[in-house]
Amino acid sequence: MILRTIAFFDERLGVSRFVRSSLDKVFPDHYAFLLGEIALYCFVVLIGTGIFLTFFFNASSTEVVYHGDYHPLVGATMSDAYRSTLDLSFSVRAGLVMRQVHHWAALVFIAAIVAHLCRVFFSGAFRKPRELNWMVGVTMLILAIFNGFSGYSLPDDLLSGTGLRIAFSIAESIPLIGTWIAFLVFGGEFPSHRITGRLFVTHTLIVPALLVALISVHLAMVWRQKHTQFPGDGHTEDTVEGPKLWPTYAMKSLGLFFAVAAVLCLLGGLFQINPVWLYGPYHAAQVSSPAQPDWYMGWLEGALRLFPPWEIRAFGFEIPNPFFPAVFLAGLTFLGLYAWPFLEAWATRDRAVHHLLDRPRDHPFRSALGAATLSFYAVLFFAASNDLLAKWLKVRVTTITLLFRIAVFVVPAVVFLLTHRLLRALARSGAPRFSEMSRHALRKGFRPAGPLSGGTGPSP
Amino acid sequence: MTTERSLPQRSPTRTIAWSLVVSMAASIGLGVVYALGGQPQLEGALLFFALGGIAAAFIVWGGNLLPQGPYVQERHPLTSGPAEQEEATETFEEGAETLERRRLLIRLLTGAFVALGAALVFPVRSLGERPGGSLFGTAWRRGSRVIDENDKPVRPEDLDVGGVVTVFPAGNNGSADSQTLLIKLAPGEYRPRRGRETWAVGDVVAFSKVCPHAGCPVGLYEPDTHRLFCPCHQSVFAVLDSAEPTSGPATRQLPQLPLALDADGYLVAQSDYTEPIGPGFWNRDR
Repeated sequence: MILRTIAFFDERLGVSRFVRSSLDKVFPDHYAFLLGEIALYCFVVLIGTGIFLTFFFNASSTEVVYHGDYHPLVGATMSDAYRSTLDLSFSVRAGLVMRQVHHWAALVFIAAIVAHLCRVFFSGAFRKPRELNWMVGVTMLILAIFNGFSGYSLPDDLLSGTGLRIAFSIAESIPLIGTWIAFLVFGGEFPSHRITGRLFVTHTLIVPALLVALISVHLAMVWRQKHTQFPGDGHTEDTVEGPKLWPTYAMKSLGLFFAVAAVLCLLGGLFQINPVWLYGPYHAAQVSSPAQPDWYMGWLEGALRLFPPWEIRAFGFEIPNPFFPAVFLAGLTFLGLYAWPFLEAWATRDRAVHHLLDRPRDHPFRSALGAATLSFYAVLFFAASNDLLAKWLKVRVTTITLLFRIAVFVVPAVVFLLTHRLLRALARSGAPRFSEMSRHALRKGFRPAGPLSGGTGPSP
Repeated sequence: MTTERSLPQRSPTRTIAWSLVVSMAASIGLGVVYALGGQPQLEGALLFFALGGIAAAFIVWGGNLLPQGPYVQERHPLTSGPAEQEEATETFEEGAETLERRRLLIRLLTGAFVALGAALVFPVRSLGERPGGSLFGTAWRRGSRVIDENDKPVRPEDLDVGGVVTVFPAGNNGSADSQTLLIKLAPGEYRPRRGRETWAVGDVVAFSKVCPHAGCPVGLYEPDTHRLFCPCHQSVFAVLDSAEPTSGPATRQLPQLPLALDADGYLVAQSDYTEPIGPGFWNRDR
């Protein structure tokens, strides 16, 4: 039976050799290599649950009066998008679970991508020959964040509607062409009746199609280049070691898929997420307080809150305040990510092909820079909750904001220095991990003597 | 091998078998819950066991009962080498040369593509209306009657001191850019900027509710300190000081709507806002 299937395809496409070498393909085993797979499997769950949701969601801003199963809103005017989201949650059997699993899967999807990006960064996996795949990955991160935002904007509830209003203002803030961009994207002045339909087709067709294409390219490149692996255990640049795809790796990976799906279902079933019925339908003159976006938008929200009341006005033209924390910072963030493999190769003059990974301590400078950058975005993320922090700590928001404005510079600097010294000490001590380092070795690492820029090559 | 693990094959098999049994039971349970009308928490938990059982089976199976290797495979150099690179370049250049001989045609082709590119801009133009003056004005007009969210006209005496109400111009209830806050001050509290002495009526002042930072409704008012708060990015506006921003990212005052009374004692607008409301944009000051 199997032979007949293989023969059928081989006689038409000549695939036997490819099938054999594919089944034999060796995949290095390391728990850190599973992060990308987790992202992939979240995407699969997103597609599955998303298709279910499209059968019930109505991407229309037509005003209707609600007469559904959620009693507190009966009689309220709302868009048909919001009404169909309520029906999906309250009247469609298993609808709420599907919706919540979808939302959780999106949150975990982007978290897994970011974790995967960190793994690739700190282990130097982006170096030649993998710069292209790094760039494909960064593109997918941008698309994933965008699709997260467009997805939670669809229900047209009070929270996400306010988010769209902010998005319109950010588009407006772009110099010279901002108003045109805002009007073309939204189909007119905010709130336009066109935006829900446009978001829907972008969220369910355009971006997912792009992601499917890019995931295929991403995996094809991994396949072609073979996976990296950590040094040690006799690993070399010229070989790859691990279990074979068939059957061991395939079975483990399939197990991971079911595990990811299981955890997402548990989250979606037991942990309420985005309860749009509590926010109410969007009306332009209403706002919910406190208002926090999904976690992956937190850094932008925090930047908007922290940036001082500065803007540029000259010759009758102006570059409004949101341009700097939103457009400029986001542009710089992703430009920096795209450019990093090339920047590092240029700075270290390292043009060699690398298949063996670095451990973070091998490049204290890179690792410290990465940690500092992460801490910068972490501070922005927490700054997006400055109002909640002020409430809990019973301090004035202005005080909290001031502290964050200082922290956004101080924390990354401290993190950089600490990480750099700690990793240098670890590399010099030769200990396998931090916990096995002697106090003497730790102290030696903090002594200022010795080369500070460990970025030029692995320390001895 | 220690004595506890004298039967290494047996315990993974048992774990796998039990995992699969749990999965099957959960799937059946899911069917029952669904048939009984559904229950989100149970559905999620049962899905967890249905999928998780299979996950556990696969992971234990893959990790214990299958060949682990490690197998070693060669990495072959990815590059085809300089000779192949040169040949590819030559092949491309040979083809390009035969094209380049037709200078005129190449130029015309470029021209055609540029023209097509320009032509494709027109459908893009259809995506939205021309911004034009729409960001410069709102629905407020001279004599527009002030109505609240229930379409009721408002008299200054309807508000208590320290009270605040969201209003719109009559006929434009819910209008995003015309949303306005009426605030009743205590007698004598109004400290108008020069030129705005007649903009308040009966201690009632009106400010645009659209935050000049990122456009959120400035939804929170603290009567004791006369401050308005934007819940999105924490800009604060001092109402007694012409709604000047005192903290947060906002860079401009909330525009003030000049108020008057009509013959029946209801609030009306003297005119539209005298400056664009809402967030800044490139040509706002033109």
